[in-house]
Amino acid sequence: MINPVAEPVSLMHYLVVGAILFVCGVVCMTAKRNAIGVLMGIELVLNGANLNFVAFGSPYLQSGGAPSLGLDGHLMALFVIVLAAAEAAMALAIALSFYNAHATVDVDQANELKR
Amino acid sequence: MGIVFHTVLFYLLAILACGFAVAVVLSNNIVRMAFYLVACLGAVAGLFFLAGADFVGALQLMIYVGGTLVLLIFGVMLTARGPLANIQTSRAQWAMVGLIGASLLAVLLYAATTAGKWTHSGQIVADRSHVSKPTATPIGLALLGVRADRLNAERTDAALGKGMAGYLLPFEIVSVHLVVVLIGAAYLARARRRATTPPMAATSGDSNNLDPGD
Amino acid sequence: MADFLAIWLPSWLALTLAALVHVTLILTLALTAAAAFTWAERKVAGRIQDRLGPTRVGGRFGWLQAVADGLKLVSKEDIIPRNADPLLFRTAPYVSFCASFCVYLALPFANGWVAQPLDIAVFFVLAVAGLEVLGVILGGYASGSKWSLFGAMREAAQVVSYEVPLALCAVIPVMVAGTMDLVAIGNMQAGWAWNWLIFHNPFLFITFFIYFTCAVASVNRAPFDLPEAESELVAGFLTEYSGFRWSVFFMAEYASMFAVSMLAAILFLGGWNGPLPITVWLGLAPNPATGYEPHALLAYFGNFLGMVNILIKATLGVLLMMWARWTLPRLRIDQVMTMCLKYCIPLAAVMFVGTMIYLYAFPVGLIFRSGGG
Repeated sequence: MINPVAEPVSLMHYLVVGAILFVCGVVCMTAKRNAIGVLMGIELVLNGANLNFVAFGSPYLQSGGAPSLGLDGHLMALFVIVLAAAEAAMALAIALSFYNAHATVDVDQANELKR
Repeated sequence: MGIVFHTVLFYLLAILACGFAVAVVLSNNIVRMAFYLVACLGAVAGLFFLAGADFVGALQLMIYVGGTLVLLIFGVMLTARGPLANIQTSRAQWAMVGLIGASLLAVLLYAATTAGKWTHSGQIVADRSHVSKPTATPIGLALLGVRADRLNAERTDAALGKGMAGYLLPFEIVSVHLVVVLIGAAYLARARRRATTPPMAATSGDSNNLDPGD
Repeated sequence: MADFLAIWLPSWLALTLAALVHVTLILTLALTAAAAFTWAERKVAGRIQDRLGPTRVGGRFGWLQAVADGLKLVSKEDIIPRNADPLLFRTAPYVSFCASFCVYLALPFANGWVAQPLDIAVFFVLAVAGLEVLGVILGGYASGSKWSLFGAMREAAQVVSYEVPLALCAVIPVMVAGTMDLVAIGNMQAGWAWNWLIFHNPFLFITFFIYFTCAVASVNRAPFDLPEAESELVAGFLTEYSGFRWSVFFMAEYASMFAVSMLAAILFLGGWNGPLPITVWLGLAPNPATGYEPHALLAYFGNFLGMVNILIKATLGVLLMMWARWTLPRLRIDQVMTMCLKYCIPLAAVMFVGTMIYLYAFPVGLIFRSGGG
C-alpha cells in the first residue's frame, strides 16, 4: 500500500482531473435544459481542456526526459480563456434575446423551425 | 516517509474542483449551479498555480471567475425567475446522459492512466514548492512574436528560427474577434421595444428599472 | 521563514507553520484595521457633520466603540428569510471576505515583507480583489428580496465596468516600472519623494486620481455605493443580513478599502519609502550610492519603519474615502455608469498612451531616477 501523499504528482493526475471536468461539462451540456446551464457545461469542458494544456506545458510534471509543451501550453490556455469569455458574452446575448422573444430560457422550447 | 506538500495541495484542489463540477451537474437550481461553477473554476485556478502557470492562473481568476462568471450570474439573475430557476430533466434523459458520460469518462481515464510516459514523474517536486519560474515575461514576449523561452535551447542555428514562431497573429486575430463579439453582443442583447413582448422584455437592456418578479 | 524553520523541522511541517504564521499576521491586520476604521468612520462622520461622534464608550474619544459595535452585532439574532436560498445566503459573506482577505497575500508591507512573493503580484491583486463582487451578488440574489436583487444587479454592473479602468490605471505604473512585482516596484521608488511614481510624469499624476476614483467605485464606497443605496433600496444587498453575517460583509468592505489604498500607496506613492530617505541616513536601508548594506537587525528595524510608513499612507487613503463618503451625495446608477464608460476609461486610455509617449521621449525620465538613494 503506497501512501498517496508521499508520491510526487505526475501528469496523469492532472489528466484525470481534466477528464472528470470534461465529462461533467459534457453531461451538463446534454442534460440541462436551461440555456445558461448549457453554457455552464461549456465552461466546464473548456476548463477541463485548459487543465490538460497547462499540465502538458508544466515543467514539473513530466517524466524523466519527456519533452514538455512548454510555454505553448500556457499560451493555448490563455487563448482558450479569452475566447471563452467572448463565447460566454455571445451566448448570453443569444440567451437574453431568446428570453426576450419567448419569455423562457428552456432550450427545448426553441423549436420554431421544426413546426 | 515524508509528505510531499505539493501533492497534498494537489489532492485538496483536485477534490474541490471535481466535487464542485459534479455538484454543477447534479444541482437543479441554476443559481446554485453558478455558485458551484465559481468554486470549481477557482480550484482549477489553484491547480494552474500548482503546475507553475502563475500567469494563466491569475488570468483564470481575473477573466473567468471575475468576469465571465459574473456575467453569467448576471444573465441568470435576468432570466431565472420562479419556475425557470428549476427546470427539471426527465429520468429517461438522465439515464441516457449518465450512460454517455460514464462511457466517455471510462475512455478518457483509460487514455490518461495507461500511457506510461505520463504516469511516472521522474523528478522530486518537493523542493521546488517555493521557487517557481516566472512566466509572465516570456508569455508577453511570445504574444509579440519573440519566443524568449526557446532561446535557452542548445541550438543556435537557423533551425531555431522555426521554433521561434510566436503568437503575434493569433493575438491580433483574438483582439479583432473580441471587438466583433463586443459589438455583436451589444447588438443582440439590445432592448427591443415592441408592444407584443412579455412584460420583462421591454426593459431587460438596462438593469436599472427591472422588475424582479416574484 | 519556511527555510528557517526547515532547519529543525520536516519541510512539510515547516511550510505549514510558516503559512499559518503569515495568515495569522495578515488576518490580525485585516481585523484590526476593520475595527479601527469602524471607530474612525464614526469619528470622521461626526466631525464632518459638526458633531463629536462617539465619546462615551471607553474613555475620552470613545475608542472602545468598535468593540461595543462588535459585541452588539455578534449578540444579534441571525435571521434567514423564508424566501432565501439558505446555503448561498450563509456562504455569501464568507466568499466576499475570503476574496478581500486573499488580496493581502501578495501585498508587501516593506522590502521583502510579503506573505507570498509573486512575480505577477499586481495582476494577482487586481484579479482577487475583483472576486469580492461574487459574494455580494450571490448574497443579494439568495436573500429572496427585491431590494437585495436590485443591489446585486447594480453591484454586478458597476464593479465589472469599473474593473476595466482600474486595471488600466494599474498597468500604467507597471509599464513605467517594467515589472509586476510589487516588491520591486516599491524598492524602485526609494529615496526622495520625487522618486515616487506619481511624480514620474504628468500623466501618472493624473492617473493616480483616476485610479483612486475607480478604486472607490470598485469597493462600493459612497458616492458610488449604489449596491447599498439606503435611500432607495433600504440597504441594497445587505437588506436581509443581520448580526454576524452582516459584520463579515462589513469587514470585507473595510479590508478591501484598505487593500486598494495599499495598492495605490505602492504603485504611486512610494510604498514603504518615506518622502525623505531617512532610513538611508540612519543606515537602516541599503544605500546604492555607497554600496552600503545594513546589518540584518538594522534592516529589520528599517523594514519596520517602512511598514509604519505604508500603513500610514494606506490609512490616509481610507480616511480620504471616508471624507468623500460624508461630503458627496450619492450618484444615480446611470451617472455611475456614465462616469466609468464615458470618462474614466477614455481618460485612463489617454494617460496610458501619454505615458508611453513620455517614456519614449524621455527614456530615463526628467527627474525620476530608478535607482533611488
